[in-house]
Amino acid sequence: MGELRLMKGNEVIAEAAIRCGCDGYFGYPITPQSEVMETLMNRRPWDETGMVVLQAESEVASINMVYGAAGSGKKVMTSSSSPGISLMAEGISYLAGAELPCLIVNVQRGGPGLGTIQPSQADYFQATKGGGHGDYRLIVLAPASVQEMNDFVDLSFELAFKYRNPVMILSDGAIGQMMEKVELADYKPRWTDEEVKEISGSWAAIGKSPDREQNIITSLELESDKMERNNIRFQAKYQKIQENEVRFEAIDCDDADYVIVAFGSAARVCQKTVQLARAKGHKVGLLRPITLFPFPTEEIKKMAGRVNGFLSVEMNAGQMVEDVRLAVNGKVPVEYYGRMGGIIPSPDEVEKALEQKLIGG
Amino acid sequence: MAEVAENIQNIIKPENLVYQKSPVLTDKVMHYCPGCSHGVVHKIIAEVIDEMGIQEDTIGVSPVGCSVFAYNYIDIDWHEAAHGRAPAVATGVKRVFPNKFVFSYQGDGDLAAIGTAETMHAVNRGENIVMVFINNAIYGMTGGQMAPTTMVGQVTATTPHGRNVDLNGYPLKITELIAQLPGAAYVTRQSVQTPAAVRKTQKAIRKAFEVQANKKGTAFVEVVATCNSGWKISPVESNEWMEEHMFPFYPLGDLKDGEKEDPEALKMNV
Repeated sequence: MGELRLMKGNEVIAEAAIRCGCDGYFGYPITPQSEVMETLMNRRPWDETGMVVLQAESEVASINMVYGAAGSGKKVMTSSSSPGISLMAEGISYLAGAELPCLIVNVQRGGPGLGTIQPSQADYFQATKGGGHGDYRLIVLAPASVQEMNDFVDLSFELAFKYRNPVMILSDGAIGQMMEKVELADYKPRWTDEEVKEISGSWAAIGKSPDREQNIITSLELESDKMERNNIRFQAKYQKIQENEVRFEAIDCDDADYVIVAFGSAARVCQKTVQLARAKGHKVGLLRPITLFPFPTEEIKKMAGRVNGFLSVEMNAGQMVEDVRLAVNGKVPVEYYGRMGGIIPSPDEVEKALEQKLIGG
Repeated sequence: MAEVAENIQNIIKPENLVYQKSPVLTDKVMHYCPGCSHGVVHKIIAEVIDEMGIQEDTIGVSPVGCSVFAYNYIDIDWHEAAHGRAPAVATGVKRVFPNKFVFSYQGDGDLAAIGTAETMHAVNRGENIVMVFINNAIYGMTGGQMAPTTMVGQVTATTPHGRNVDLNGYPLKITELIAQLPGAAYVTRQSVQTPAAVRKTQKAIRKAFEVQANKKGTAFVEVVATCNSGWKISPVESNEWMEEHMFPFYPLGDLKDGEKEDPEALKMNV
């Protein structure tokens, strides 16, 4: 059993980064995630593990620092919140185009624009469908607890290096700010420069030894046929991720007539909704996608053959519902219920929506 | 003619060579226009890397613009950056590899327009990197539009009647701004239009790398350069135009030579 602590979601991201052997954090303060950098600065990991922590002049600079350090084959990350992630979109596209591993944490707040500092899930499209320019995908993990904020940091680096692809933890202001009991991981040592050479030496810009060709980190290819081949390679990688990395949690789904699909904070609310609905005699289950890309399409497709309908519950105007509908492909009704602008729906209002839109309908 | 060719063959022998291409330059044919300064500056950087024996420990950061393919010509590991972001990318590399040599290479649009914030802040942090800045007062790659460093009255694709201060503001002396920053250790402005100027620039770039080796702060080398394609005049005329119009506004020489400011001297009383 690892060390138990009562911590904020944002603080845990910082603690997990230090413990998993992260080499560098580059970021810029924005509510509701500033505690990530504050915790790191307070902990002084440069003294403890040698991890670099740098407050950049902007989100634009911080994601490009990540881009440089990630191209060096090191474990690096940033964190921000919705408007800041928009500023990083350019850099994220470059990271995906140059196939670099890194971790980007988005503790979402309500938008569009400057919006609110309250929790939201309105960046689902941006996170899962691209966000920056070009055909690319991030691996997107959606934590629903402080414990998962902890666990997904190490998992993100594992996936990032396995596929040489940026990974995003798509959290929100509620999980970032809430305090819960968390079991911390044991310390992993940072990779030595020799280990970095061994793990990433075939592609990373770490200094050219005489026995090899140059390593050039770039997303530029002016010849269209070569650029198309790059894109074909990227798509094959995303397909492999879709086949191998789907993660989800199914609660009370085995005998369910109706299934709620919800992730992150909304899923926490819907756990209670399932209890309320079952107390009323409705057989309701909850499917919680943990990976938003890759999306648990196959699982939903299978369920569509035996349930009467789905309700997608989101803290946005209905974004994930599109992916649920694609998976269900018209077999049974798929409805949406959600709140926007930083409001978290309550379990009983979701239960009412469930009855009105599906069960009673 | 056959006799002349034979004589030349007799002369060109390894034992007779007094100067040759740096082994740090690749064999790729450069894409730059004839008369462009980029090739010369690339050659200088390659020679400095070779002289210092740091090929294995140097990482370059290339820009967006004409020199986007710098990585094809200098035989080291490289990191291509988005438009304007090279100083941030170089910061990321240098922070996780503090003992490597890291340099960025940017033109005027990249460094002094879209990337002004990254430029100023990297220098202000005193990042131990070398920044090479090619200032030819125009956007070369996009077809000769106005740059922040374009001279007043200079005709470009987007200032067809000449740069008008009321409309376009003033040429930006970004190197003078940089020299004011406490993180800057060595700031110099050079050129490469004559052999003597090339030698001075080579000395400056060598010194910049030494500043980095000694962790003294940011070393910034501006090279006032020509863009005969963008300026739409011949290479020879370009050199004359640069000397006549640019040098008075962008005077050559060192702007700062020392090390970054002592933080103890700046510390507030607590």
